[in-house]
This record gives sequence, C-alpha cells and structure tokens, in this order.
Amino acid sequence: MQELLNYISSYLSSDQTPGGAGNFLWALIYILLVFAGLSVAVIAMNWLERKILAHMQVRLGPMRVGPHGLLQPFADALKLLLKEDIMPDEADKLIFWVAPFIVTLAAFTVFVVVPFGPTHAITDMNIGILFMLGVSSLSVLGIVMAGWASNSHYPLIGALRSSAQMVSYEVAMGLAVVSAILMTSLNQQGTGTLSMIGIVEAQQAQGTWFVFKLFPLGLIAFFIFAVAMVAETNRAPFDLPEAESELTAGFHTEYSGFRWSLFFLAEYSAMIAVSSIAVTLWMGGWLRPFPNALSGSTWNLVFSLFPGITFLFLAGMCFYSTARMPKHPYFRIQTAGLAIFGALLALIALVLFIPAVRVRIQDIYWFCIKVAAFMYLYIWYRGTFPRYRFDQLMKVGWKILLPMGLGVLILTAFFGLWSTTHTNLWHP
Amino acid sequence: MAPVATPFFFYMLSGIMLLGGIVVITRKNAVHSALALIVTLLAQAALYLMLYAPFVAGVQIILYAGGIMVLFLFVIMLISIERSQKERQFNKQWLVGIAAAAALGGLFIAVYTKGKSLFPEGQLTYAEAGNTQAVADLLYGPHSGMYMFAFEIASLLLLVAIIGAVVMAKKRI
Repeated sequence: MQELLNYISSYLSSDQTPGGAGNFLWALIYILLVFAGLSVAVIAMNWLERKILAHMQVRLGPMRVGPHGLLQPFADALKLLLKEDIMPDEADKLIFWVAPFIVTLAAFTVFVVVPFGPTHAITDMNIGILFMLGVSSLSVLGIVMAGWASNSHYPLIGALRSSAQMVSYEVAMGLAVVSAILMTSLNQQGTGTLSMIGIVEAQQAQGTWFVFKLFPLGLIAFFIFAVAMVAETNRAPFDLPEAESELTAGFHTEYSGFRWSLFFLAEYSAMIAVSSIAVTLWMGGWLRPFPNALSGSTWNLVFSLFPGITFLFLAGMCFYSTARMPKHPYFRIQTAGLAIFGALLALIALVLFIPAVRVRIQDIYWFCIKVAAFMYLYIWYRGTFPRYRFDQLMKVGWKILLPMGLGVLILTAFFGLWSTTHTNLWHP
Repeated sequence: MAPVATPFFFYMLSGIMLLGGIVVITRKNAVHSALALIVTLLAQAALYLMLYAPFVAGVQIILYAGGIMVLFLFVIMLISIERSQKERQFNKQWLVGIAAAAALGGLFIAVYTKGKSLFPEGQLTYAEAGNTQAVADLLYGPHSGMYMFAFEIASLLLLVAIIGAVVMAKKRI
C-alpha cells in the first residue's frame, strides 16, 4: 500500500512529463484527462459553431433545448446514438466498418505529444512534430476508405477530392513547419529540435514567438500553415470533400448514427490538433504573453489571475442572460438551470483563484485560450468565405503556397545562418 | 523502466508484416491489397522504433503510409474493380519465381550461419534521445557528414524522375 502511494506521489515532485518519467499510472490519468477535455471541447465547439454562425447571419441559432440551446449538443448526441445504423447493401463491409475508427484513432492519437505545459503533456518525443504530422496524415486514409467502401458516386468523388487536396496541402504545410523548426536552431549551440516541448522552450530562450522571428519570414510561414491547416481538416472554404451543395455530404454520405458521429468527432479533434500544432510552433505554446518584457512578480500575479477572470466573465454572462430570460412560468426550469450553470462557472473561477491551483493551471490556460482563438477563426472562415472551386484549390496549393513555402524556407536558412555568424562576430 | 524492444514484439511485428505481405499478393481486390500494404508499412515503422530509430519510423509513416499509399489508393479507386477481378492474378512463371526465392533464401541462410565471421562484431550505441540530431549529423555534419554526397545524388535522381514524369504526362509544355 505504501509502495503504491509512493509510486503515485513520486511523479508529483518530478519536472518531467509522465511519459518521460516512465510513470504508467500518471500517463493513464493524463490520457483520460486529455480525452475528457477533448470531448468537452468538441461538445462546446458544436454549440459555439452553430451559435456564432447563426449570429453572423443575424439568426438566433439553437434556442429550444435548454436556455440559449445550451443542451443542444447533448440532444444531438442522443439522437445520433439512437438513430438506425445503416450500411449500404453493396458496400465493402469490412472497410466501411473500419474507416471511421481509423479517422478517429488518428485524430486522437496525435494528442499524445501536444504540450499543454512544460510538464503537462502525456509524453515528449524526440520526433514530436514529425509524429503529429505523420499520424494526422493517416486520417486521409480513413476518409478515402470511407468514400470508396460506400460504393456510391458522391462519396467516391468526395474521397478523391479529399485525397488530392490533403496530399497537395501537406507539402506546403511541411515546408512551413520545416522553416519553423529551422528557427529553433538559432541558438548558441546551433542544434534544433523536433520535440514539441523543445520547440516552445526554444521560443522562450530566444525571447520571441516564432511568428515574429526574422520578421516577416515567421509570419509568412505561419500564414502558409494557417491556410494549409484549414485545407487539411476539410473545413470551409476548402470543404470540397464534403461540399453539401454539390455532393450531399461528400465522403460520409452513406454513414449514419454512431459511425457518422465518429467522423464528426474526428473532424473537430483534428481541428484542435492542427490548431495546437500552430500554437506550439508559432504562438509560443504555453507561454503567457510578454514573459520577458512584462516579467517580475507583479506581472506574474496579474497574468495568473486571467483563468479565474475568464470563468468569472462567463459566469457573469450566464447571470446576465438569467436576468433577461422571459418571465413566463414556462421558462422557470430553464432560468433556474442557467443560474445554476452560472454558479458552477463562478465556483470554478473561485477554485482557479487559489494560489496553488493558479500557478499550476496557467500554462494549460494560455495554451487552451490560444487554441480557442484558432477555433474561433475556423468558424469565422466558415461564416465569411465562399467555397473554392477545385481547380482554384489546386492552384492555391501548388502555385502559390508551395513556391512561397520554398522561398521562406531558403530565406529562413539564409538569414538564420547570417544572424548566428554575426552574433559570433560580435561575441567572439 | 523495462525495455520495450522484447523478442515478443519483434515476432509479433514480423508476423504482422509477413501476413500483410501475403494478403497484398493474394487479394483479388486491389484496394484490399493496398490496405494490407499499409498495415505492412506501419508494422515496419514499428520495427524501426524497436531499433531505437524514431526518426526513420516517423518518416516511414509520413512518406509511405500517409503519402505514397494515398496516391496508390487515389489511382486504384479510379480503376474498375469488376474488370480487374476477372483478370488473371498470377503469371505462370513458377520456375523463375522458385529460382529467385531459392537464391534469396540461400543468401539468408549463408548470412545466418557464417555471419559471425563475415561481419565485424560490436555493440551498437543507441542514440534514441537525440536520434534526429544524430541523423542530421551523419547527413550534413561538417566533420561526420559522410552521407552528404549520397544524399544529394539521391535527391538529384528524384528530381530527374519528377521532371521525366511531367514531360511524359504533358504533351505541350
């Protein structure tokens, strides 16, 4: 018993990830935490996307299930699970069955290396970013398999489009990533790293996020990645594989019920995954804004209050909406529910103000808030941009992003070398 | 921490690879063959991991499983499955096949029996923690970059292949 307790507590004092410390139990706890957090994020994203899109189009969005439609995602999930699971008669049974699982597995496995904080990752790999890109490129196989196995025309066209699009944009994406990795080697030793934690630590050591490094090269590389990542996740304006107006639902037309919801889950968690790659490579990962310029204990205190303030703000919004709910007796339960939800958020905010929690949670908070900004961008794109035509899509990928990526890569290498030799000249 | 690279995993992964390879050549449906090939390639990536070479494993997954096999599937899906299923699957070249297999088997047996005297004995030093850096050093290092020439020649060959493909595919350039 004592040994078990020692085993559990031995990790708490270490400054490594559970995978790095080799602690199986804590690795399992982290995996469960990440999985749970991801599921909550997908549920929240589902509600937020419908709500924000609706407000952009001057509609109300879901309003019926729960106050302001807050329970809509749960109702949707229930509906999907209770729906009849249809498999087309002429479909390739095995591949049709296995495809959604491949997509979901690929989308969730990448979170093994996502660094939520210097020690808050399931594990840290020497090939971290390579692992993320590799495993997320496997999801296209699932999409292609799903489209082909359905044995139907629209899914097949969707799958063909998807494979062509993903392979094309992976090239530009890879070039942008390489130029960011080159920037990690601009230190005294001249050795770079592929490890996700190492990349963020390099940004900390160099005192700048890589978006602003070698201005404007970092910014251009980030732009290329930001465009390519939308195409990689099949989202608007690059959502040709599932273009509703042309292909009904693209590669998952024949899917229904639970299997369809797996595709849905995979799409959103893949969006979160590529956003976290972008945050790690260019936006400083878990680092708070201005860790060097605004340092000192006062600023540390101010920035560590942000998580609590965010939740207090959300709670305040809930209370404001509670006060504005219709006074009709029919809405009594909904009003009470919203007030309880607000109280819950306020309670979380109070917990986040406790100094011991505050210090440990802030890395995770800054990482999540940056990823959340990217998720909002995804919704914004969908509300703003019309869908590309397929030849335009290929043109953007091969004739604009790829040469731009190559140019940025060469220039980054050149100026990186130039800057390191010059510091050596000034500091012999 | 106990090492993961146990014989059990080696035999399991090799078994998966062999099974996948057999499925690749025996299926009539080309898409099934391609998927079995993906399983084989992934098992191979895991074998690289067992050899403490995570970089090679990652590149294997990105290039073969995520890149080349997608293009394979892309082409295969455009082919009519019904027609290809009627076609004969194996050529009647048993004699050549048996001769080639026997030669390869003989080579393996020779290496297995005489390998100790043929190859120098030595313990490998695994560079698992800095694997990527070690590979980079071998390729581009100022003092230890002994494979730079081979690397550049290989990339030149690939460039020639790309240009050739474009020239052959496009009638008017």
